Amino acid sequence: MLRKYFLNQSTFRAIRRSIFKGKANFATVQNPKPSRTYGNLKDEDRIFTNLYSRHDFRLKGALKRGDWYKTKEIILKGHEWIIQEIKTSGLRGRGGAGFPSGLKWSFMNKPSDGRPKYLVVNADEGEPGTCKDREIMRGDPHKLIEGCLVAGRAMNANAAYIYIRGEFYNEASNVQEAINEAYAAGLIGKNSCGSGYDFDVYIHRGAGAYICGEETALIESLEGKQGKPRLKPPFPADVGLFGCPTTVANVETVAVAPTICRRGGPWFAGFGREKNSGTKLFCISGHVNNPCTVEEEMSIPLKELIERHCGGVRGGWDNLLAIIPGGSSVPVIPKHICDDVLMDFDALRDVQSGLGTAAVIVMDKSTDIVQAISRLSDFYKHESCGQCTPCREGTKWLMGVMSRFQRGYAVPREIDMVEELTKQIEGHTICALGDAAAWPVQGLIRHFRPELEARMKLYASTHGEKELSKFSSAAPGLDRYTLSMV
Amino acid sequence: MPLINVARTSIRLIANKPFVSARFFPKKSFSVSATTKSDKLFVHRDTPENNPSFPFEFTTDNLKRAQEIIKRYPPQYKKAAVIPLLDLGQRQLGWTSLSVMNSVAKLLEIPPMRVYEVATFYTMFNREPVGKYFLQLCTTTPCQLCGSMEILKTIEDHLKIKVGETTSDKLFTLVEVECAGACVNAPVLAINDDYYEDLTPESTIKLLDSFKSGKIPKPGPTSGRLTCEPKSGFTTLTSEPTGPGFGVRDDL
Repeated sequence: MLRKYFLNQSTFRAIRRSIFKGKANFATVQNPKPSRTYGNLKDEDRIFTNLYSRHDFRLKGALKRGDWYKTKEIILKGHEWIIQEIKTSGLRGRGGAGFPSGLKWSFMNKPSDGRPKYLVVNADEGEPGTCKDREIMRGDPHKLIEGCLVAGRAMNANAAYIYIRGEFYNEASNVQEAINEAYAAGLIGKNSCGSGYDFDVYIHRGAGAYICGEETALIESLEGKQGKPRLKPPFPADVGLFGCPTTVANVETVAVAPTICRRGGPWFAGFGREKNSGTKLFCISGHVNNPCTVEEEMSIPLKELIERHCGGVRGGWDNLLAIIPGGSSVPVIPKHICDDVLMDFDALRDVQSGLGTAAVIVMDKSTDIVQAISRLSDFYKHESCGQCTPCREGTKWLMGVMSRFQRGYAVPREIDMVEELTKQIEGHTICALGDAAAWPVQGLIRHFRPELEARMKLYASTHGEKELSKFSSAAPGLDRYTLSMV
Repeated sequence: MPLINVARTSIRLIANKPFVSARFFPKKSFSVSATTKSDKLFVHRDTPENNPSFPFEFTTDNLKRAQEIIKRYPPQYKKAAVIPLLDLGQRQLGWTSLSVMNSVAKLLEIPPMRVYEVATFYTMFNREPVGKYFLQLCTTTPCQLCGSMEILKTIEDHLKIKVGETTSDKLFTLVEVECAGACVNAPVLAINDDYYEDLTPESTIKLLDSFKSGKIPKPGPTSGRLTCEPKSGFTTLTSEPTGPGFGVRDDL
């Protein structure tokens, strides 16, 4: 009886492995073949027209570029109309998780119990590889403030707080200047734009903590406490900032809202594949000839994005080793996947990675891939808030083992141990930082295991097996004990 | 049953013999957990320049600013202003001493411990004095790929300091920071509030020398580009931006 049970378990596991390896999971259908090639957006369809700060960021310049045009009419259409437009547009949150924005904003319109409501804009951009919100705040701060008003109206919020990371001092100054201008022109504040709707916008500068980009940690930080994520539920839409209903949204999500309302949801939905619609800011850094931030259509092929805007990979496409397609938290993908993958949420999820914040980190063949991922483990160890044990202790272990992997000072058995360790961090913490720390390492093991093993072999051949066997338990300090047990 | 008892007894006998047990089950040697190698100390120790009796008061200008900041938050949540006020104090004194924290606590009418908690959590509060120019070099992966370790070595060699140290003339302090959020312009060095981007070892030395001579260079990329555009020329946004009313729907 017992034996049969075990047999069933293992057969089941084997079947599951063979069927679902690298495929989408149960809840999704197979994506249809794209009907056309995406990319090559026209300039007139770009939303962030001052991305490179070549024009005036102040009110005068912003008005000339079409900001604050008919905002009053949009406000007067009411919250249901705005939310419907956002839903039609198919906009998904631009901060990394990709939750449908229209749906998220609609959670705020429960019958009021007298508490004020808040919109919090997440400008705590700290994900390695990501630098898009900075350009919005420098060049197009009025888009952001107008977005606060429109998104605020959609959720009937009383005020917006823009939480800007502390290091962005000059960017925060630009936004503050824009806020002052908007108040002076009567665009926000009492009777915003003459619509009879009162709305305030405030800036709050952080002080250097990556974890404050997590929505509940951001709320804690805004309340003047340590940025440690809260348990959910209650969700921020019920109990958030100062105990009031709150929605946290990324800068880019908020800043595109007015243009969507002005040009219509269907216009925005016309870009990109189904369920991944719109335009998106891509930041391409690392080993490309011309690193840059650029606004492109969603679902653009990764290769085309790099060749068209960045002058290609250093030393040609064949010199490519791997790419991290969505900021440090998503798993790395090797060249043979990069060849034809599309840059959108679903396509990247199907190759066991993610779009994240669309921060593309390119690594050519000269890269020490183990070192690159090991540095990310250092990053997550540094930024773990220390609240949940799996993350606090696990990130420390990952950092230690990864730094040994970098030298090859380990035995192959430890690769599986580390993979198991990442599985024990993932999903066992309050916020997603634990997952984010685990995924890059998992990606490395998934695609670069031969590289790791080769390194270990090399180390063993140069230093001798005996020294290496001391660390075979992956528990330095217990070596003598373990050895005597063998 | 008796067989099992015999087996148990013999195991016990073997295990109790000191010779055998020492050989097969050596005692674990005494060990302590490793000290946490954090980049910051989380406890306070009174020193001549950092103790509760060290005088610090906000200037009248800054008090006015503080009142402006407090006004942004609901009156019963004055505490929310603790991070901006600590920042204000740090700007006035140059670093966040214990007295700065205490005066923020007094201003916000909260227990000092609530302020200490915050000041130790966030990395931008320097709880030790720093040089006039605070060099924060990003060494996270995207910058590392573009050669930030080389820049680090250049700075260390040029100023003859290591990470975490201050030059003897109290002009420069060098620290390593995690992602500065300007990865497209890597490698990035933040000096006080300004970002210097697209660095090479040569441009870093030039930058440091001009700071030494008292001239503050223009922040931004040192490679000749203005912001984050491709350095070979624009691939997008080549036409004039469209004006108000372009493409706007009819029913608005």
